[in-house]
Amino acid sequence: MELKHLLWGSATAVLVGAPVAAQTQVEFWHAFTGRLGELVAAQVETFNSSQSDYVVEATHKGNYSETLNAGIAAFRAGEQPDILMVFEVGTATMMAAKGAIKPVYEVMADSGADFDADAYIGAVKGYYTTSEGEMLSLPFNSSTPVLWVNRDALTEAGIDPDTDMSTWEQVGEVLDQLKESGSECPMTTAWQSWIHLENLSAYHDTPFATKANGFGGVDTELALNGDVQVAHIQAMGDWAKEGKFIYAGRRNEGGANFRSGDCALFTESSAGYAGIKAEAKFDFEVRPLPYWASAVDAPQNTIIGGASLWVMAGQSDEEYKGVAEFLNFLSSAEVQAQWHQDTGYLPITSAAADLTREQGFYEENPGTDVAVKQMTTNAPTENSKGLRLGSFDQIRGIIDEELEAVWSGDKDAKTALDSAKQRGDELLRRFEQANR
Amino acid sequence: MEKRVTFKGLWLPLLLVLPQIVITAVFFFYPAGQAIWQSLFIPDPFGLSMKYVGLGNFEYLLGNPYYRASFVTTAVFSILVTVVSMGIALYLAVLADRLIKGSGVYRTLLIWPYAVAPAVAGVLWLFMFNTRVGVVSWYLGLLGYDWNHVLNGEEAMGLVVVASAWGRISYNFLFFLAGLQAIPKSVIEAAAIDGARFWTRFRTIVFPLLSPTTFFLLVVNIVYAFFETFGVIHTITSGGPQQSTTILVYKVYADGFVGQDLGSSAAQSVILLVIVGLLTIVQFKFIERRVHY
Repeated sequence: MELKHLLWGSATAVLVGAPVAAQTQVEFWHAFTGRLGELVAAQVETFNSSQSDYVVEATHKGNYSETLNAGIAAFRAGEQPDILMVFEVGTATMMAAKGAIKPVYEVMADSGADFDADAYIGAVKGYYTTSEGEMLSLPFNSSTPVLWVNRDALTEAGIDPDTDMSTWEQVGEVLDQLKESGSECPMTTAWQSWIHLENLSAYHDTPFATKANGFGGVDTELALNGDVQVAHIQAMGDWAKEGKFIYAGRRNEGGANFRSGDCALFTESSAGYAGIKAEAKFDFEVRPLPYWASAVDAPQNTIIGGASLWVMAGQSDEEYKGVAEFLNFLSSAEVQAQWHQDTGYLPITSAAADLTREQGFYEENPGTDVAVKQMTTNAPTENSKGLRLGSFDQIRGIIDEELEAVWSGDKDAKTALDSAKQRGDELLRRFEQANR
Repeated sequence: MEKRVTFKGLWLPLLLVLPQIVITAVFFFYPAGQAIWQSLFIPDPFGLSMKYVGLGNFEYLLGNPYYRASFVTTAVFSILVTVVSMGIALYLAVLADRLIKGSGVYRTLLIWPYAVAPAVAGVLWLFMFNTRVGVVSWYLGLLGYDWNHVLNGEEAMGLVVVASAWGRISYNFLFFLAGLQAIPKSVIEAAAIDGARFWTRFRTIVFPLLSPTTFFLLVVNIVYAFFETFGVIHTITSGGPQQSTTILVYKVYADGFVGQDLGSSAAQSVILLVIVGLLTIVQFKFIERRVHY
């Protein structure tokens, strides 16, 4: 059996004419399954066949949290991959681990690769760069929240499906009408903390945390109990009480309710596109995330969610060269434009956005550029660059708990957000202690 | 007079128990020691640095009202799971014990749920009670009851208890049935001749004779509720809504693997270790005295 394998192996080597042993292996751990997993595999395959010096081996390691834990455990055992996919809320954890990572700008500089960090869209790049503008990890999949609308449901309720829903005030009126006409689920949401607190804050140019949302240092404190946030959560809480906002769960459970046609409005990531397009049997539309006209004249920009690629420390120079090549390949306009069009994730470079526009994708698929515009119309401010908070995955858990108390009517918005701040701050202090 | 085999010398007996000692040391004492050691530090996730904090992790935890509330949640959850699963199992076992024909089929069918992994059981129950597409919640809706375990903490607790107890009923049933069948028929018949009705016989003869089994199951089920129900909670509620189903062991996971706060997570494991130790001592000291072997 083994001999047969050997013979077969050498036969293919001769046939392909490539000395397999001379290729440098680059290990890449990611968190994608299903359609996204296939698309990543295709990208890797294209890269591997495009050159003969390096072989990228992509491995699926579970969901985002599991992939990060696998990377951490592997690093502790000295078996870390070259590239690790880490979701955006793990950014502060990775940044603090100075001995465990090799910043992307260093990898690129060392290998002499031609790499321009400024090619990336500001709001995407900002999340993963230092205050000095050095890129630490490579943005990979980024999305931003938008408002999904079931146009048929609006028509049924006697509402003009083209009605303006730019502001939450207008959305409130639509919800009233939907409720009156007997809708069981006027609105639902996914990822409540990300959309209704983190993005709400950035969109209204209000801090979510002190020290420039944590970019300025680990001694940051949450500021999510400000006036804008309290007013919004209170409004949502009132809608929940009146049956106009239906809470479905902490993650994207609400997606099923929207895709089945039960819910008229749905706040969810722009990357929900693939799923909604595949399943929805009604006329749907993407609208920009609403803002409060009572708070600002015009919205700032929203921030991203998703993941970036971190290069782990402790590998050979040869492998880092392969990593640099692969990362450069991933950020090329063609690869990025394709990814953007396939998944609904944002085109993370300006070139990819331009290419997509030239290819006529936005005209054929109206609404797919809403998220892009929402991210890029304004230059990000200190409040809208992103978040850099330690233990943030767990802080989101706390926020989820407190928001659930508001939706169920146990607490008012102010009490819940004050409590979220206090509990979250405790975790931030522990993170500060661990990473001083 | 009891007959005893005694080994002379020290080496042979030591050699004979050595495998057991090695296994216990490697798989139990070493990890437990590691947990105790780690609970004195705040390490960074990657193990690059460790900051000694003494009992700081314990102070932090015990000073946290949400952690203290988790003790109550765990107690409520464990008692409910134990009582529900043992109560139903005993009832079914008594019924099965009286069967003359077909008890083999009945027994086999009842064992099936035990083969279902907790996480899968969690998903099954979640589907039935799903607020949108669940069969049970739909029927409840017809009866005018608005089931919503996503926001209602008591309903969420009820659901995780049922899902955790369900698979456990099979296990308990087997032991109870074996226990019942080990009770000499002559004793029960004698009582029956004396005029004792079923319920009197059960209370005065069967249940006391069953007490070793009951005691064993009590210990095993409480340990189960403490440690092995993680999968059910993780799939159904993730500890929510608010913190209504966050039991201690779920918090160990959340802090260690979601929060990467290994110091706090280790300290929590140590606290759990102490609680289970205390519980076992209490059970053996006080309850076992009342058990008739």
